[in-house]
Amino acid sequence: MKICCCIKQVPGTTEVKINPETNTLVREGVETQINPFDLYALEEAVRIKERMTAAGDPSTVTVISMGPPQAEDALREAISLGADDAVLLSDRAFAGSDTWCTSYALAMALKKIDPDLVFCGMQAIDGDTGQVGPGIAVHLDCAQAAYVAEIKEIDAKKMAVKRLIEEGYEFCEVRLPAVLTVVKEINEPRTPSLRGKMNAKKAEIPRWGAADVNAPADKIGLLGSPTQVIRIMTPPCREGGEKYEGETAELVEKLFDVLTCMEVV
Amino acid sequence: MSITVDASKCNGCTICVKSCGTNAIEIKDKLATIVLESCNMCGACVSACRFKAISIDIEKQAVEDLSKFNGVWVYGEQRDGHVAPVVFELINIGRELADARSTELCVVILGHKITDAVEVLAGYPVDKVYVYEAPELETYDAERYCRVLTDVTRQLKPEIFLAGATTTGRSFMSGVAISLYTGLTADCTGLEIGEDELLHQTRPAYGGNIMATILCPYTRPQMSTVRHKVFPMSCKRIDGKAQIIDLTPKPTLFSSRSKVTDFVETVGEKVNLVDADIIISGGRGLGCPENFSILRELADEIDAAVGASRAAVDAGWISYAHQVGQTGKTVCPRIYIACGISGAVQHQVGMRSSDTIIAINKDPNAPIFQIAKFGFVGDVLEVLPQLTKKIKAKRGAPETCPV
Repeated sequence: MKICCCIKQVPGTTEVKINPETNTLVREGVETQINPFDLYALEEAVRIKERMTAAGDPSTVTVISMGPPQAEDALREAISLGADDAVLLSDRAFAGSDTWCTSYALAMALKKIDPDLVFCGMQAIDGDTGQVGPGIAVHLDCAQAAYVAEIKEIDAKKMAVKRLIEEGYEFCEVRLPAVLTVVKEINEPRTPSLRGKMNAKKAEIPRWGAADVNAPADKIGLLGSPTQVIRIMTPPCREGGEKYEGETAELVEKLFDVLTCMEVV
Repeated sequence: MSITVDASKCNGCTICVKSCGTNAIEIKDKLATIVLESCNMCGACVSACRFKAISIDIEKQAVEDLSKFNGVWVYGEQRDGHVAPVVFELINIGRELADARSTELCVVILGHKITDAVEVLAGYPVDKVYVYEAPELETYDAERYCRVLTDVTRQLKPEIFLAGATTTGRSFMSGVAISLYTGLTADCTGLEIGEDELLHQTRPAYGGNIMATILCPYTRPQMSTVRHKVFPMSCKRIDGKAQIIDLTPKPTLFSSRSKVTDFVETVGEKVNLVDADIIISGGRGLGCPENFSILRELADEIDAAVGASRAAVDAGWISYAHQVGQTGKTVCPRIYIACGISGAVQHQVGMRSSDTIIAINKDPNAPIFQIAKFGFVGDVLEVLPQLTKKIKAKRGAPETCPV
C-alpha cells in the first residue's frame, strides 16, 4: 500500500508577541515545528504501513509538504519519525495560496505519487482552517473522512473508521483511495529512532515546482486564490480583573456572589 | 502578481521586518527589500507598514457576471431532525447581511424525515427554506452532502453562503467551495458588508493572536463558516412563516464511497463544549482523575459542560473530547471556570474569547489570572466542594428573598 502524509511547517509557538509601540507582531527568534496535528497523522501513517506490511502487503509512507525551501527541515524530521521518503512542494508561484490553491497544489502532487491513502492533521495551528484535508479529497475526487479518532479495520480496498464529532462518535466505512484527517486522540506519536535519524540525514528530498506537478499559474498562488487577506491586526489584549485571596470560606462566599450575579445559581 | 516597495515612502523603519512571519524582508540602504524566495505573500507587511509603502498587486478580474448572484444562504445543519444551535445564530447575522444587501435570506436543509425541523426554521425571520428530503440524506455523508449542495448552489446562485464552523460544516463546505472554485473563510468571528459591497470576513489566526479580514472579490458565493456563540441567536418571527420550497436532488448526486454504519452519542455528561453556556474545566491542579468528580458534581448543579486542560487529558484523567486549547477545542461560552489550570498560552487560545473567565488556582502567579475577570487564589479541592454544598443548600432551601 502506498501511503502519503501531508505536513505543514508552522511557527514553533503561536505565542507571537505584540510590540506595544508599533502594534505589530514580533516573531523574532521563533523557531519552527511540524504542525502538532500532523505528527498524529504521520504516526498513524507509519502504523498503518507497519500493519499492512506485517499482513503481507509491503507498504511505504511518503511525506509531502508545501512551503518555502526551509520546510525541508520538517520533512527530514518526518523521515526520522518513520516516513520512508519525502517530497518538498516549493515554488515562488505557490506563494499566497489560500486553502483552495493549497489543496489543489497538494492534490496535483499527490496525483503524481498516486497513493492509496492520504493522511492529514485535522487543521494547522497557524491557519486553523481544517479545510485543506477535505479539499484535497475533492480535488482528487476520492473518498474522505475527517476528524478520525481510530482506524478500526483496513484492507487494500476499504477501511472502517471512527470519527470524533460534537455529539459523540460516528463509525464509517470508507473505500480506498481516501483522504483522512486525524484528531489527537488517534495515537501517541513515537520519538525519532536512531535509524530514523540516520535516514533523515542522508535522505535526498526532491523539490517539485508548479511545472513538475502540472499546476497552471492561474490556479495557484495569489493569482489562483479566490480569497484575499486585506487587513491583519492584533486584537486588543484581554485584561485581567480582580484577584481574591484569603480563607477558603471567604473565597467560596465571593465566588457564590459572582455566580449569583451572573444568574448561574 | 507582485509585491513592491515604494522607495519614496519607505524610510527603513524595520516594522515590516518584524511583522514578517517568514523572514522575507531585509533593510538595505534604508529601504525594505523583499526576499522573494522566502515571501509567501501573506500581506502582513502591507498591513504593518505605517507609510503604506508596500503593496501587493494582483491582476485579476471576475470571469463570471457576479450580478447574477443574489441572496444570503444559511446551511441548516441538523442531526436526527434537531437543528444545530449555531444555525439560529447564522440566521441572525444572515438577516443583517441580507438586509444590508437588500436581498432575501434562505435556509437550505438536507435530511430525511425533517418536517419538524423545517417548520421550526420557517418560524424564524427567513424568506425561504429550501428542503432536500430523501432517505439517502438521512445521515451526514461528506461526499453526498457536498454534491447535493454544490448542485443547488450552482443552480440558484446565492451571493453569500454561511455555515456553522462545526466538524460537519468545516469539512464538507470546504468541498463545496472547491467544487465551485470559490473562496471559503473558516471560523469567522466578524461578518459585515463593506462599502465595496463585499462581505468582509474577519477571523482569528495564529491561535487568536491576530485577526485577519478576508474578501472573496471575484467569485461567488462568498462562503464562510462561522464560529459558535459569537453572534446572538435570532428571535422568532412575529407573524407568518417562511416559504417552504421542496427540491428534489438528482439521484446521480447520491453516489458515495463511504457509508455511515453507526453513531454513538456520548452519554452521561455534556461533552458538546462548543454549544455549552457554561464550561467548568479542570487541570493538573485537580491532582488525580477521581477529583474530576468534584468538578462534575458542580457542573451538574449549574448545568455546565466539563472541559479539561491538555495536561489532564494527556495524564489520562479524562477523554480527549473534553480538551480545550490549541490541540483541543476552541470554545466561547458565557462563563468559563478554570479550576486548577495554570493557563499556558496553548490553553488560553482555546478559551480566551469566553465572555467571562473565572479562575481558581493555588498559584497567585498563574498566567490564567492575567485574563480572568474573577480570580480566586485558593485550592480547588477545598473551594469547589464547599461551593457545591452552598449551591445545593440554596436550591434545597425554600424560595425566600435574601434582602
